[in-house]
Amino acid sequence: MIPPSSTRSSKPEGAPAPVTSAAKRPPATAGAPRWYSRYLAAKEPIPRALSLPLGLASFGLVIGIWALLAYTRVAPALGFPNLHNPFFLPSPGTVAKTLYNMFAHEGFAHDVWASTRRIGLGFLISAAIGIPLGIAIGSFRVVQAFFEPIIAAVRYMPASAFIPLLIIWFGIYEKEKIAVIFIGVFFPLTLLIADVSANIPKELLNIAYTLGASRWQVFWRVLLPASWPGVLDNMRIGIGWAWTYLIVAELVAASTGIGHVILSASRFLQTDKIIAGIITIGILGLLTDALFRWAYWLLFPYSDRVSR
Amino acid sequence: MSAITATDVSMVFKTRGGRVHAIDRVTLEIPDAHFACIVGASGCGKSTLLNVMGGLVRPTSGSVQLDGRQIHGPGTDRGMVFQSYTLFPWLRVRENVEFGPKLKGMPKDERRRISRPLLEEMGLAEFARAYPKELSGGMKQRVAIARALANDPKVLLMDEPFGALDALTRAAAQRFLTEIWEQHRRTIAFVTHDIDEAIFLGDTVFVMTPRPGRLREVIPVDIPRPRTLEALGTQRFGELKRQILELIVEHENRALPQATNGA
Repeated sequence: MIPPSSTRSSKPEGAPAPVTSAAKRPPATAGAPRWYSRYLAAKEPIPRALSLPLGLASFGLVIGIWALLAYTRVAPALGFPNLHNPFFLPSPGTVAKTLYNMFAHEGFAHDVWASTRRIGLGFLISAAIGIPLGIAIGSFRVVQAFFEPIIAAVRYMPASAFIPLLIIWFGIYEKEKIAVIFIGVFFPLTLLIADVSANIPKELLNIAYTLGASRWQVFWRVLLPASWPGVLDNMRIGIGWAWTYLIVAELVAASTGIGHVILSASRFLQTDKIIAGIITIGILGLLTDALFRWAYWLLFPYSDRVSR
Repeated sequence: MSAITATDVSMVFKTRGGRVHAIDRVTLEIPDAHFACIVGASGCGKSTLLNVMGGLVRPTSGSVQLDGRQIHGPGTDRGMVFQSYTLFPWLRVRENVEFGPKLKGMPKDERRRISRPLLEEMGLAEFARAYPKELSGGMKQRVAIARALANDPKVLLMDEPFGALDALTRAAAQRFLTEIWEQHRRTIAFVTHDIDEAIFLGDTVFVMTPRPGRLREVIPVDIPRPRTLEALGTQRFGELKRQILELIVEHENRALPQATNGA
């Protein structure tokens, strides 16, 4: 559709109205799509060759703003002098150097491994109990009626608030960290998984019954396979929470781990180390996310979302 | 002989607004190898009736008999096809078709003996290894029909199977189903709200009216088979369509003044 205003504005001022259809026929440019118009249409796909550069550009933007603050006098001019102080906001170059030094000379890899191991254990335990329980809650009303209220209640209790208790119960070492992750991940993950299996269309189960499946077979051969893609999706979300709670646990009490490094750095105002630690967590998060996406692609080639 | 009979079937749902008679004392019989269509406006209980015949829901009262024996739940003697795409997305086309035989524990080569001719008949032989997501809507419904037939059911219960298809695909699917039916000669109960579809496909059209869901009329379709596209243009087709439409509209008209009086 051509808006009426565009046809009017393009008519030369004072020119006599042509007798022919010119009034009806819009000028060629008015209706022709501009080169960028397809990028402004909601939900329209964009070329693959464009999405990767755009993704990288977003990192570029953040680093660019950071560099602007660190290397130029923009921040004080805007009234934030602390952001132009290398003690408070080190430059990207300094942080890169620090990160290198941490890995090369300070055994940071050991801390990264300690954190990753805690995440792995805490998340595995949460998933190992949460996934079967979630599927059972979503599938069987009896199980749902029993478990859902208590899990929904505990979910609202912040995992961080349990830390003092957990230290008393489990000490300050590995068990306590894993317990914090478990409390933070298990309850919401279970409810998300319950949602997945509860949302499997009833028709899919009914058709299996008409094909001769027993209740048992419907559960194992229809409900479970239909749930797996959603389960993996929610595991990907859940492991993100695991990182949050791990760092919280490590900030409170730890002798190793990324959170511990960040905390000790803050005591000496080593902001470069703090930022390096945060960036490390981000990179590990990206890697885990990629791992889950790859697993999804590998395990569920039949999914609508997987194109190959 | 595989006749399916519904005897005095009623279905009452309790809702917040009170009790709703989805089906009210419906009795109908579909003889062996007969193609029966059930038409009616939405809410007339035709899908509920089909689900009762499939054994998926228990009627409030009344019963369903297959060859004179009362049914108590879903079973392989009644294959069903729904409007929504109910293929198992994680199974390939062939595995979907072989789902029923596999549940019975049938070995692989026997399953292939069943699925291969069915897939060929459905024109899907080359898609045997495809996943449902790679198929068009019409193809998906053909797989669903093949999957139901793979169990060698006595009766095929179809709930608006072509309802989600576009008009052109739908016409092709109807002709295709007629061919399948002439080949396999199963008893079919076919629910639809499309009167043309019901006349084109059915030996008999059962007309239902809503609130409460009742069987209004049984209309034999005396258009000779095989029916081609030309059948749609014949005078007899027009007469039948008019007759069915009048039954449905008459009910609507009767319902409307009541509603205004109440308001």
